[in-house]
Amino acid sequence: MSKVELKTISLEEIEALAVGAWILGTGGGGSPYLGLLNLRRLYAEGHRVQLMSPLDLDDEDWVAVVSNMGAPLVGQERLADSRNIARAVRMQEEINNIKFRAVMSVEIGGGNGVQALMAAAHLGIPVVDADCMGRAFPEAQMTSVAIGGLRPYPCTLYDPRGIEAVVTKVPSWKWMERASRKICVEMGSIASTSKAPRTGREVKDWGIHFTTTKAIRIGRAVQEANRRHEDPIAALLETEGGKKLFTGKIVDVARRTTEGFLRGTAMVDGSDADRGTKLKLSFQNEWIVAWRDERAIATSPDLICVLDSVNGHGIGTETIRYGQRVTVVALPAPPVLTSARGLEFVGPRAFGYDLDFRSLFSPAAVGA
Amino acid sequence: MKRIGIDVGGTNTDAVLIVDEKVVHSVKRPTTADVTSGILDALKALRAEPAAAVKVDAVVIGTTHFINAVVQRRHVQKIGAIRIGMPASASLPPFCDWPADLASLVNGEIFMLEGGHDYDGRPFMPLDVAGLKDAARKIKQAGLRSVAVCSSFSPLDPSCETTAREILAEICPDVAVTLSHDLGRIGLLERENAALLNASLHDLAVTTVAAFRKAIADSGIDAPLFLTQNDGTVMQAEIATAFPVMSFASGATNSMRGAAHLSGLDDAMVVDVGGTTSDIGQLRHGFPREANAVVEVGGVRTLFRMPDLLSIGLGGGSHVDEDPVRVGPLSVGYRLTSDALVFGGSRLTATDIAVAAGLIDIGDRSRVANLPKRLIEAALRDAWRKLEEDIDRMKTEAGDVPLLAVGGGAFLVPDRLPGISEIVRVPHGDCANAVGAAIAQVSGEADQVFRDLSREDAIAAARDIAADRAVQAGAARDSLKTVDVEDMPIAYLPGNALRVRVRVAGAIADPDLPAAA
Repeated sequence: MSKVELKTISLEEIEALAVGAWILGTGGGGSPYLGLLNLRRLYAEGHRVQLMSPLDLDDEDWVAVVSNMGAPLVGQERLADSRNIARAVRMQEEINNIKFRAVMSVEIGGGNGVQALMAAAHLGIPVVDADCMGRAFPEAQMTSVAIGGLRPYPCTLYDPRGIEAVVTKVPSWKWMERASRKICVEMGSIASTSKAPRTGREVKDWGIHFTTTKAIRIGRAVQEANRRHEDPIAALLETEGGKKLFTGKIVDVARRTTEGFLRGTAMVDGSDADRGTKLKLSFQNEWIVAWRDERAIATSPDLICVLDSVNGHGIGTETIRYGQRVTVVALPAPPVLTSARGLEFVGPRAFGYDLDFRSLFSPAAVGA
Repeated sequence: MKRIGIDVGGTNTDAVLIVDEKVVHSVKRPTTADVTSGILDALKALRAEPAAAVKVDAVVIGTTHFINAVVQRRHVQKIGAIRIGMPASASLPPFCDWPADLASLVNGEIFMLEGGHDYDGRPFMPLDVAGLKDAARKIKQAGLRSVAVCSSFSPLDPSCETTAREILAEICPDVAVTLSHDLGRIGLLERENAALLNASLHDLAVTTVAAFRKAIADSGIDAPLFLTQNDGTVMQAEIATAFPVMSFASGATNSMRGAAHLSGLDDAMVVDVGGTTSDIGQLRHGFPREANAVVEVGGVRTLFRMPDLLSIGLGGGSHVDEDPVRVGPLSVGYRLTSDALVFGGSRLTATDIAVAAGLIDIGDRSRVANLPKRLIEAALRDAWRKLEEDIDRMKTEAGDVPLLAVGGGAFLVPDRLPGISEIVRVPHGDCANAVGAAIAQVSGEADQVFRDLSREDAIAAARDIAADRAVQAGAARDSLKTVDVEDMPIAYLPGNALRVRVRVAGAIADPDLPAAA
């Protein structure tokens, strides 16, 4: 194992990470707030987490890939507990007889953006500055490592009632999603999971790099604009090259927790420049399609983010409610997701919408 | 309709009589430490006016008493906190995101027990009844008098919380019990926080509401007592005693609703300048604009629906410092009429500056005749700059909008401000909050499980039930508006079961008109 430079993540950076990860969560992944509370507690107890560049991994290192899986609504009542995710990682070490060099989140968006830090604090290993989505997605096969055709198994799942499960072998990522989702639903539509372990080489080739740093940067832009009483959403759009889609008030939310997901629609009644028009948002844990007059104006994998019009913070599909004033923005997706093969996994058709993906960030249709 | 509205603020107690939507008379008296005598004074002064000495249908009180207790960390009590839902959520116990000073005042003892439900209505773990009994005995031994109970997914299935209440009633019958599902929705931590805060205010609520009742009885008025709640509707005094947190924002809501009523303006910025603070908000369609998401009360995260307000430390009682010249944030509060220069005291306040500048004429003007002109001007400039900056912060549109200046310290608002089309001052504006209390609306709520109905039909059915309840409580049916809608599927139950909560509110029906069917 080579000696590399590690950077200790400060609590101030974790606070910014929580804000940025919630925006990158595109409505899903659950609020990072509960993870942040866990980390404040861990830091108060003296734990520290270190950040490692993915480029500093040795090819043969083992990296744990963690996520809290399930329906975001459930995470509002069964609160994140740092020990659960650490246990899921230990299970991987036990069944594979390996030692992890570092840990990374499967998705930087939402609560999972801080899950890797929680695991790392207990395990005493660094967090890799990378993830497998560059945002959040609802299903196990919607990752860069699945797009890369890497091995999908084994996956460990843990429930604090003492239920431990392993999906030992599956022929595809889609089967991993189906099998692990069934277990997750029985656990109450929430489970702490550690996905198939990755080698350092695999993370260097297929990880989406420097997304922890990116989330911290986004969080800081929003926090600083708020501190200076400037428009936090304008600050975000400028930092990340995003586009404003709609401004208005939530007038209806329909949601269902089914098959381990939170599904539904939210309707926004326009204000300011959008007065007199409506925007419909369809979601499966994350915001997937934004519709204006029955026409899709933005779709996955472009990031559709619903933000609090006042403070620019993210609003989740589980917490959005009647009367909230929101601004809907789009941010560009990582290139691996908008490639032809990427769109098979995360384009609109992967969610059951018969639509071609047209990125808001390039004039031509991508992946057609 | 004849109603007396009373606002019990930190500095003043205001009272108004409203007959058929019109203000007949209004008075302002200092708030007293015992609350009762301040209200009694105000009521006596109000009834001294012959036109106001009529029989009334109701007395409605709005108060900032309970929220001030939390913000100022005064009169809160130690409580027992029972969390049901272990072994989940164990690393984030009750009080985990409270400011340390408030938690140390309120946290008597924490009990974390197995039980709770899952999202689909299945039990999460069997309820630990033996643990509950043990907790009840420990609460009794510790002498705790108030307890908050919060169970996972209780808004979906409250049975673990209600069982806990039964067990507590058996073992420690004198303990007041707050159940989280009565106060909040999905979101365990925020719902639990609301329950913990509510429990911590129990003794204060009992003594305060008793003081209200005594003052009204002593004044010889025979009418039912109501308190206003956060959304500008009334609740019976008994309910207010059990749920003091429901009136947290009533002072601010009342002043904004009162300002709208007095001015006839439905869309405007509002600044309510009191004795200690100025509250800045925005009226939209006659109602305060609501805060968007999580609201912190005294540093505690909650999901209460509250007006979006900016409170700054500027009021009629604000201290004026001379070097450098600065107004607020400290205030003489309810001691204004003894401590301010014009009232014979020795503290230079914003009121003294306003008297010296000729903006108002109260107290003894000769006592400020020798204040240097430079000081007067610099102090006013400081107050105006603060107002200008913070009113601009709360504005959500670029164009000029009207500003309603109300409250006892409204004389501190200048006649012109950038971004403001006109400054509107109204008669009785200094008692806008009491007017808001008097015109408070009536609400109705439905919260039940529907089966074999589509989502739309279930929500419509719930809305009809809520509307009927509001009309029974005295609302005019054609004025009812939906305030809140929430639905949660219960997948575990057959028949497409859906728990729906709908809340409607409307104006008080004119008793002389026959009620619509």
